[in-house]
Amino acid sequence: MEILMSIVIGILFSSAVYLMLSKSLLRIIIGTGLLSHGAHLLLITMGGLKTGTVPLLGEHAKSYVDPLPQALILTAIVISFGVTAFFLVMAYRAYQEIGTDNMDQMRGNEAND
Amino acid sequence: MSLLHLAIFSPFLMAILIPFFYKGFKSIHTGWFVLLLPILLFIYFLKFLPVTRNNEFVQESFDWIPSLGISFTAYVDGLGVLFALLISGIGSLVVLYSIFYLSKVKESLHNFYVYLLMFMGAMLGVVLSDNLVTLYMFWELTSISSFLLIAYWYDRERSRYGALKSMIITVFGGLSMFGGFLLLSIMGDTFSIRELIAQSDQLVDHPLFIGALILVLLGAFTKSAQFPFYIWLPDAMEAPTPVSAYLHSATMVKAGIYLVARLSPIFAFSSSWFWLVGGVGIFTLFWGSFNAIKQTDLKGILAFSTVSQLGLIMSLLGVGAAALHVDFLDDNIYTLATIAAVFHLINHATFKGSLFMVVGIVDHETGTRDIRKLGGLLSFMPVTFTIALIGSFSMAGLPPFNGFLSKEMFFTGMVQLLELDIFNLGTWAILFPVLAWIGSVFTFIYSMMIVFKTFTGKFQPEKLEVTPHEAPVGMLIPPMILAALVIVFGLFPNILAYSLIQPAAAAIIPSLVETGEKLHVHISFWHGINLELFMTLGVFALGALLYVTLNKWDKIYRLFPGKVTLNVLYDSALYWGEKGSSNLTKSYMTGFIRTYLVYIFVFFSGILAFTMFSKDAFKMETSNLASIGLYEIALVVLIIASIITILVAKSRLTAIIALGAVGYTVSLFFVIFRAPDLALTQLVIETVSVALFLLCFYHLPKLSRHEERMSFKLGNAVISLSVGIIVTLIAIASHSNKLFDPISQYYIENTYEKAAGKNMVNVILVDFRGFDTLFEICVLGIAALGIFGMIKLRLERGRANENK
Repeated sequence: MEILMSIVIGILFSSAVYLMLSKSLLRIIIGTGLLSHGAHLLLITMGGLKTGTVPLLGEHAKSYVDPLPQALILTAIVISFGVTAFFLVMAYRAYQEIGTDNMDQMRGNEAND
Repeated sequence: MSLLHLAIFSPFLMAILIPFFYKGFKSIHTGWFVLLLPILLFIYFLKFLPVTRNNEFVQESFDWIPSLGISFTAYVDGLGVLFALLISGIGSLVVLYSIFYLSKVKESLHNFYVYLLMFMGAMLGVVLSDNLVTLYMFWELTSISSFLLIAYWYDRERSRYGALKSMIITVFGGLSMFGGFLLLSIMGDTFSIRELIAQSDQLVDHPLFIGALILVLLGAFTKSAQFPFYIWLPDAMEAPTPVSAYLHSATMVKAGIYLVARLSPIFAFSSSWFWLVGGVGIFTLFWGSFNAIKQTDLKGILAFSTVSQLGLIMSLLGVGAAALHVDFLDDNIYTLATIAAVFHLINHATFKGSLFMVVGIVDHETGTRDIRKLGGLLSFMPVTFTIALIGSFSMAGLPPFNGFLSKEMFFTGMVQLLELDIFNLGTWAILFPVLAWIGSVFTFIYSMMIVFKTFTGKFQPEKLEVTPHEAPVGMLIPPMILAALVIVFGLFPNILAYSLIQPAAAAIIPSLVETGEKLHVHISFWHGINLELFMTLGVFALGALLYVTLNKWDKIYRLFPGKVTLNVLYDSALYWGEKGSSNLTKSYMTGFIRTYLVYIFVFFSGILAFTMFSKDAFKMETSNLASIGLYEIALVVLIIASIITILVAKSRLTAIIALGAVGYTVSLFFVIFRAPDLALTQLVIETVSVALFLLCFYHLPKLSRHEERMSFKLGNAVISLSVGIIVTLIAIASHSNKLFDPISQYYIENTYEKAAGKNMVNVILVDFRGFDTLFEICVLGIAALGIFGMIKLRLERGRANENK
């Protein structure tokens, strides 16, 4: 399962990088979204998969899955959400002000060249 | 802090007061206040002569940064006191001269004297420091104050160019020298020059020795305008003439000479030292004198003559190093070169100082320094003419002036190289006397040019802006004093010999101090009919002949193409340096985000792949894997399908929804991987995110751009595939390399016992690792405020411009 997940994570990373290298601002933000999904899955995969029951003490199980990566991912999810939301609104405002979402046209002031 | 330290720092203290004098006493020329200080310093340094005469020294020290072994150790020996007297003595004369040269009304005198005093203090610091770091500090201070003085008339383009050029070259040398000093201190484990000298015999065999030697010499050669670094000196002539007289003839350009002389006891045993110092010096002598003749500006001639004379002193110091190798000889005649170097150093300071002042007078009273416009000034300026005559004849090496004596000693030193059979000298040795002799012929010619082209010949009043007349007496006194010294030292060289030259020479070659008696003998031995006398006569004869026929042969200067001079090399090096670095920066800083991302990703995957390969870190361990069920396969298929949809989607909406599908699949993965809190959060957040995406991009008005599928780019695909493969490989390898058990057992055991909770993830978030959560809340708060600000704060362009 871990090897399969590693491959899925690799696919997520590949497609995220491919999207981030594109011209459209929207695709770049979608790429960052995929990248954070990949990172979260990587975290949980590296913690070991399905080694026990859910990390709730009421279950009285012999073994539990590692709770620490889950706490880390929870923090990461919230932070990446905050950043994504900020980026999105920024892209939206840029779109409104500049009238383009093509990164090639967002090159600073041409007069500086 | 002793009186000696106070003396060295007094110019800096005085410099602080200058603006107050300038503002407070408008009616008195600020220079009069300054004048007192160098005179006092001169008298103070005279006090050391009886001490140094017996080859003793005075040392005063105070700690600067004791933990690093950096102290300001002032150290006065024969060499130091000689330079200190030159600096303060000529400093007094230059200040006196500048009082009459610079107008009280037109010039900003406070700047001038502040810079000049800074320079004087820095120069005293250079020659009296025993600590290498302090020496370097003062060395750079002389560079900076010289820069300020050259650009004194900063509204002139040429002044700024000259100042920048001298700054670049001398600071380049200064930094090299500092590198050399650091190597020396690593070798000897001390910053003190005296302690380094004491262990000089061990330093020679150190592997860093030759590096230190070259770096230190770079510093000395750039400062003392040796070939090929002399090019800054002619351009530094844009400075006011008192500055040229002081800095660029008598003092600063001798800092390199001082350095070579001071460090001779450490380096002189090496044959590289002999070859570099002697060889570069003798070639500079020839090259400077050869180029001086084609100058038409009087200060240009003097600049090249300074270069040439400095080469002379430098070569004598190099040859003087030979003395250390022949100490088995009973009659150690080679020390003569060192004595000649010191003697000529004094002589050059006197006659070159007076010549610069003379040129300043001519410039001041006629309005030009161009020898093509000058001529026949003899009847207008008899006193100036006399001084110029004395100075030039001394420079040319005519008797009875002091230049004659030092030129004779110079020839003696060079001729004696022929008898020396060390350093594979062999046939090369002949080059030294030959170049020296040719250089002297040229020196003779340009010395004659300075006097006779300016003061004799046809008077051309139509080319002059003002009617020439004799200078005010205050301007004449300083060069008169110097000219008098030229004659006095020429007729009675022995007043210098025992008080100044012998202690200074002893400081340069301390290992021969025990044979000090012989030094006495050679100095007093100053006439006799020998080969050198005939060489001098030859110089006079050929020089006079060539001077008279100057118009016939000066065409050879036109044979050299103008494009291969060192100045062109310097200018184009600067130009191409700037252009090259600009082009280089432009070539990789394209302004496209994509380009920078490519750098980042290529570097990321490249460096990781390299590390994995070089450490052979690939590993696949299959024993501890979890099983794969049907659900998982379905989810994997789902997530891959969603990703492909994103990549090939034509409309934004499809891509956004497919991203949502990826997010929900991830949350289903969390369900399968026994992470209920994660699944919950992921579900909610993905919903909100997708809503935000839709809000931002679906409701935007359609622009004219029609939506299209992402076009396939091979380069991007290769980069992204390599990133993905690297991540996969690292994930598999690291999962197969578990070195320690996880620490989670502690959390599982103590979640209820110590923290009174049953949900381990939540207890970790708020109890065990609550700080993470606190700042994660901060992140959300900041994001919310940022979004609010972006939406609310809208300075429209028109209104923003109005408000400006």
